[in-house]
Parts: sequence; C-alpha cells; structure tokens
Amino acid sequence: MQDGGSAFALAFGLLASADADLLEIIGLSLRVSLTALLASCLIGLPLGALVATCRFPGRSAVMVLMNALMGLPPVVVGLIVYLQLSRTGPLGWMQLLYTPTAMIIAQTILITPIIAALSRQVLEDLHTEYSEQFRSLNVPWRSEIAALLWDGRFTLMTVALAGFGRSIAEVGAVIIVGGNIDHLTRVMTTAIALETSKGDLPLALALGLVLLVIALAVNALVFVMRQAAAKFAYA
Amino acid sequence: MNAGRLCLLAGLLVSVFAAPGTVQAAGKSIFIQSTTSTANSGLYDHLLPRFEAETGIEVHVVAVGTGQAIRNARNCDGDVLLVHSKPAEQKFVADGFGVKRLDLMYNDFVIVGPEADPAKIAGMSDVVGALQKIAGVAAPFASRGDDSGTHKKELALWSAAGIDPAPASGKWYRATGSGMGATLNTAVGMGAYVMTDRATWINFKNKNDFKILAEGDKAMFNQYGVILVNRAKCPDVKAELGQTFIDWLVSPAGQAHIGAHKIAGQQMFFPNAK
Repeated sequence: MQDGGSAFALAFGLLASADADLLEIIGLSLRVSLTALLASCLIGLPLGALVATCRFPGRSAVMVLMNALMGLPPVVVGLIVYLQLSRTGPLGWMQLLYTPTAMIIAQTILITPIIAALSRQVLEDLHTEYSEQFRSLNVPWRSEIAALLWDGRFTLMTVALAGFGRSIAEVGAVIIVGGNIDHLTRVMTTAIALETSKGDLPLALALGLVLLVIALAVNALVFVMRQAAAKFAYA
Repeated sequence: MNAGRLCLLAGLLVSVFAAPGTVQAAGKSIFIQSTTSTANSGLYDHLLPRFEAETGIEVHVVAVGTGQAIRNARNCDGDVLLVHSKPAEQKFVADGFGVKRLDLMYNDFVIVGPEADPAKIAGMSDVVGALQKIAGVAAPFASRGDDSGTHKKELALWSAAGIDPAPASGKWYRATGSGMGATLNTAVGMGAYVMTDRATWINFKNKNDFKILAEGDKAMFNQYGVILVNRAKCPDVKAELGQTFIDWLVSPAGQAHIGAHKIAGQQMFFPNAK
C-alpha cells in the first residue's frame, strides 16, 4: 500500500504550494458549508428551543420526526432540491441550479434537522433544570428562551460543529445540485470524487487529508473561541 | 482573551465568506451536459480556454453519464448536449428536445482485464467472440449498469453475442451502477473484465496489472455527437451562444484542436464532423 505514504507527501505538497485552484476549492467548500450552517442555526435553534420549552399536541411526533430527519441521505436531499431548482421544476425560474446557492440550500436542508434535534435535547435538559426558577420569578417566555440559548451556548457550539461536520463532508447532495463544475461549483468532496473516478487515488487521498486539516482548523478555532468566551464570562 | 482578538477571529470568518473568486462572472456563459470521458480525458481543459479566448463565452461543464446528461437536458438544465449514444441522441432530437444532432468526433471502446486473463481473450479483435469466451468460463465482468452510452453499447454487444447477462447479475456479471472511473476501480479491485472507452482508460491512473486485452473491432466504434437544446421546449436556452460553441467545435479550427489533444503521445479523439 504505497498510496498512503505518497498521499501524505502529496497532501503536504498541496498545502505548502498554496495552489490557486486548490485554495479556490477550499474557499468554496468553507463558504458553502459555513453559510449553510449559519442558515441552519437561524432556523434550527429557534425551532429546537420552541419544541424544548412548549407543550403542544403532537410534540412527541415532531420530536421523533426531527430525530429521524437527522438521517436524511444527502443524495435524496440533492435529488429533491434538483427537482425543485431544475429549469422545468417549480423554482426553475430562479436559475439557481449549478450555483453555490443551490449547494447552500441543499446543505441547509440536510443539517437543519441536526441542529434542531440536538439543540432541542440540550435546551430541554437545561429547561428542566431551570423551570422552577423561571416559574418562581415569573419570567416571560421569550426571556426564558433567550436565557436558555445563552446559558447553553457552549454545548450549542458543539451542536453547530456536528452540523458543520456533516455539511463539509457530504458529497451526495452538492454533486447533484452543484454539478461539480470547475471554477464554479467544485468543492473538496466533489473534487475527491472526481480524482477517485480518474483512478488517481493518491491525489484523492491527499485532498481528503487536506479536508481533514480544514475540519481540524475549524474545530480548533471554535475551541479557542469557546475557551476565550468562558474565561471572559467567568472572569 | 479580549474582545479585540474575538473581533480578529470574526474578521477571519468574514474574509472566508468574501473570498475572491467566488463572485460569479456576469459575462456570457453556457452550460453543457456532457459525458464523463470527454471531461476526464482533459479534452475540455484543452478546448475551452481557446474557445473562451476567441469568443469570450464561458463554458460550464456538467460531466455525468450519457443517460443522466440526456435526462438533465430534457429538464432544460443545459444549453448543449455532448454525449455518445447515437440512438438515444436521435430520440432526443425526434422528441423535440434537440435542434439537430451533429457528428463531432470518435474513438473506440476496448476490453481491459487482469494480466492473468482467465478467459484467454488477449489479442482478440473479435469483441463478440471475446464476450462469449468470458461468459463461457463465467469470468467476472464489471458492467456500468447505469444507462450510460458505454453501458448501452455493452448491452448491444452482449445481445450480438447471443448472451443475456441479466441472469448472471450478482454472480460473474457485476453491474456497478456507477460512472466509468468508479467501475474501473471496482473492476481492478475484483479482477473483472470491463469495457471502457479508450480515452478514459489511457487517463486512468489506478490500472494495477490491467491492460487492454481486446480491441480493434469495428463494432467497438464510439461516436460522439453534439446537439443544441431546443428553445421550443426550453425557452431559457441560450441558443445563440450554444450554437456559437457548436459551430466552433465542428469548424476546421475546432476539429483541429480536438485532433491535437494528446495524452502521453496518444490521440484521445478523432474529429469527424461533416
């Protein structure tokens, strides 16, 4: 298995050379996945908080559904979004197919259930802990949610990282709605799929290692921010 | 850590979003739905910069199997279709989705397999005979199984050989349901014979001990065609820009560029537009 060793060397070379094409692909990967993450948090966190704090009929069904949707197959999401955005589809007039926006939409659909379901669990646990206090102080519902989101922020960061991990790593959805078009919609995972299909396994593996380094960097960044924020909060 | 450093981190994040090269050019551009062999062999890397320099039109290539490329084009998700399955292309035009089909270029299919060659087909040029030998000893054979141009060709050859591989599916006949590259990887992994277009094979880097065993049969001819998607069915098609691209491809200059594309000294495609 000489591929492994040469892949490491190749990955290091790729990173060291700061090849313009590679940087473009890395940039697009981050832009698509981080934007999708932001959108998912804007939708998923309030949704999770709502389900965590409110009692309504069908709540259990909503919870089961949210949990089940965490297992959405990326290729199915890609197909559904493709059918909507295709020029003959209902949203075809927007001309979004084969653009980074289409990829962001697909990934947002993919990871919103993860953010919503996990944050629901986090916030519900916190809510149980705080409920008596809330009741005794007669805290209004909106402040209640704000307090939960704020006090749960460190755990919620990990929730966001889970969503980011899913979006940066998936290939099934973005290759269908993005088309893996050079200099337009090619991201790390679709580039890896392409090199694999060309039989260039060392290069594909090297790109995979680069992707790992990116994920590592993002996680390290969040860790540092979290440490800093914690120090700031409890200082 | 202080607020200043947090701001720095936030700034870094923002700069990722605003990274250069991510802004879409507002210039003239078309989408072509294409087969993978043309993209994987680097033909577009060879042709498109020249075309863009001459006309200022940017060409975005979506490279998928012929079957999927045609389906995408039927959904109006492309301006030009460039694939290799003449009957399917003619149907596409007959159904009103394409304006006109033009021959563009050709190469040929080959059968590759492991050095051990259990069916003893090395050096054969009679492809039907080779397939019969493979089926005769039930040697593993990997099929695309994805409705691509190559898959359709392979099925036509099995039928010419008087063999229906369907009952053997999952035994010696293994339909991968994936692209040419993925199927080659699978075939190499399990030591199976596989039919591929020559351009993809020459470019393929994970050959292991595989080599071309059967080639040179007239029946292995692989014709590529190019079609402008019909504005009558798809009003958003950029017909003028697409036609400019097609005209350029079939022009003497475009044909010369196609013929000049070589990898390791081997010509990938042979222009034959009329």
